[in-house]
Amino acid sequence: MTALVKVRDLRMHFPINSGLLRRQTGAVKAVDGVSFDILEGETLGLVGESGCGKSTCGRAVLRLYDITGGTIEIDGRAIEHLSQSDLRQMRTTMQMVFQDPQASLNPRMTVGAIIGEPLLEHTNLSRAEREEQVQVLMDQVGLNRAFVNRYPHEFSGGQRQRIGIARALALNPKFIVCDEPIAALDVSIQAQVVNLLEELQDRLGLTYLFISHDLSMVRHIADRVAVMYLGKVVELAPRDALYDAPLHPYTEALLSAVPEPDPALAGQKKGRIVLQGDVPSPANPPEGCNFCTRCPRVMDVCRRIDPEFREVAPGHWAACHLHDAEYNANAGQTA
Amino acid sequence: MPDGDTRNVLEVNDLSTVFQTRGGAVHAVNSVSFHVKPGELLGVVGESGSGKSVTMMSLIGLLPSPPAEVRSGEVLLDGEDLLKVSPERLRDVRGGEIGFIFQDPMTSLNPVFNVGFQIMEPIRRHMGLSKAQARERAVELLELVGIPGARARLTDYPHQFSGGMRQRVMIAIALACDPKVLIADEPTTALDVTIQAQILEIVDDLRAKLGMAIVWITHDLGVVAGIADRVMVMYGGQVVEHAPVHPLFNDPRHPYTRALLKTIPSVSGARAKKLQVIEGQPPILGAAPVACPFRDRCPLVFDRCHQQNPLREDVGAGHDVACFHPLAQTGREAVA
Repeated sequence: MTALVKVRDLRMHFPINSGLLRRQTGAVKAVDGVSFDILEGETLGLVGESGCGKSTCGRAVLRLYDITGGTIEIDGRAIEHLSQSDLRQMRTTMQMVFQDPQASLNPRMTVGAIIGEPLLEHTNLSRAEREEQVQVLMDQVGLNRAFVNRYPHEFSGGQRQRIGIARALALNPKFIVCDEPIAALDVSIQAQVVNLLEELQDRLGLTYLFISHDLSMVRHIADRVAVMYLGKVVELAPRDALYDAPLHPYTEALLSAVPEPDPALAGQKKGRIVLQGDVPSPANPPEGCNFCTRCPRVMDVCRRIDPEFREVAPGHWAACHLHDAEYNANAGQTA
Repeated sequence: MPDGDTRNVLEVNDLSTVFQTRGGAVHAVNSVSFHVKPGELLGVVGESGSGKSVTMMSLIGLLPSPPAEVRSGEVLLDGEDLLKVSPERLRDVRGGEIGFIFQDPMTSLNPVFNVGFQIMEPIRRHMGLSKAQARERAVELLELVGIPGARARLTDYPHQFSGGMRQRVMIAIALACDPKVLIADEPTTALDVTIQAQILEIVDDLRAKLGMAIVWITHDLGVVAGIADRVMVMYGGQVVEHAPVHPLFNDPRHPYTRALLKTIPSVSGARAKKLQVIEGQPPILGAAPVACPFRDRCPLVFDRCHQQNPLREDVGAGHDVACFHPLAQTGREAVA
């Protein structure tokens, strides 16, 4: 399988302007040097706490922002410098499902108009063909065809998210960025939407970048998982390797903080790692490793040198000095 | 669970709340009953719209009326019915004897007052301390909830705190007057998992230290499994199941509880090929219930469910469930 999406050293800095002349006095480094590949037909999960830059990363990959630096290649085409008009043509291969189904659907458009809009923009279908296509899409995501003339407010949260998914599917894209598609939904509805996304992937061979802060859901849907912290990917590994044997202390802490829905396990959950303090500001990240202010296993070197993102085990990447033989004598055993 | 003290500090019987809206009445809470003992933590679980928050807000009259109207029931705080007391007395109870932590730490603090003022306000109102004494107490509270440099931060405004810190300030305010009952309405839902772990640890710690009764509302079964003594599951404005935490998770009786436990994936253990789902949507509560609220989504539904609303029935060991199906009474899922 080949990589459909290749991202190298992606950087997205938002300028901070202050003072009388609004000069740039700094930058929020929301995404700071992120690299990953997504293979065709796979789901890459992107997890992290709020404010770590995962949504910005997802949007930057689709060039919804003018990125600060790095390269992005989607379906064999470099898009980091494409103009807006060239990007429009690329949009048929790459689409997005947004977090808040309430806010991302125009309340004045009917469902049919929302789902049909990409077709209107990008294809030359006749009105009848378009309406036919909209109905097919509604079937695909499990919406009743009879609702085509209803407005978004007449639907529940889960159904609205289905509308958002149908809209993303309209142009037969290869790659879809799902930005926290289930965060705003109830538990029992979340499972419905996740199952729908999986079914569509099987049927249409889609590739997903699945952004979420819900580690248990990501474990279910993703093939490989990337963990972000303060604008950087700190660990990237196949799902089972990441959840069974995390290499980065942040991943470890994150996993141990997820409450287990089983009182027997919760009681004996040994060594729950409770991180102290808050995430530092991305405008002013600490020197050295970004995680050094909260890391339970911090070493002197972490405060000076930023660890390199290296392949520690086959397919398992991590950015941590603990797995660096030069700084940690036990590196061989832990890796 | 503390065995010695069997007195109920808070007892709610048959509470019903109705909202009169332009689109008709919404029966948000339908004869809900529960009790809490001192030092006990009762978890309340349910989806959004199941009436968890409305129940708790009805207890101390926090709902605007109209449109809300508490139709029936009694709320006994140490034997005193809060639905019948005067507004003055109710003001003493709010923040004094019952502390409330609201869901969203971003919007429940007043942005134009510093946090010191906001913590001192209930202390001065309810405990009658002087300004200087109240300040000392505020510092103590902030230290209790683990805010570093507490004294210096009293003069900071809410926007100078992060989400987790703001939630700690909310907890400090709720604890300010040593309440008998602490009601926490989804206190960690807006927070990240690592911050949630910090807050859970603080609450566990405080419960051991202060021995108050806590009602903890959440939709996260994982959180409940970790901290609750007893759990109450709500659906469609009713309590459908109530049990001590171990039986609830190991031997759930209500089809909704079972389904809910199956829909959530875990970060450890075997990974299911496909997620279990509960088909359909939660009910719209347009009228007082005459049939089981879960009937449209229930895999075990039969005739009786459409005709009668099941009452909570005891199935032993403090475990009760509102379901007609024989499986609910006999336990251990054989078919489901």
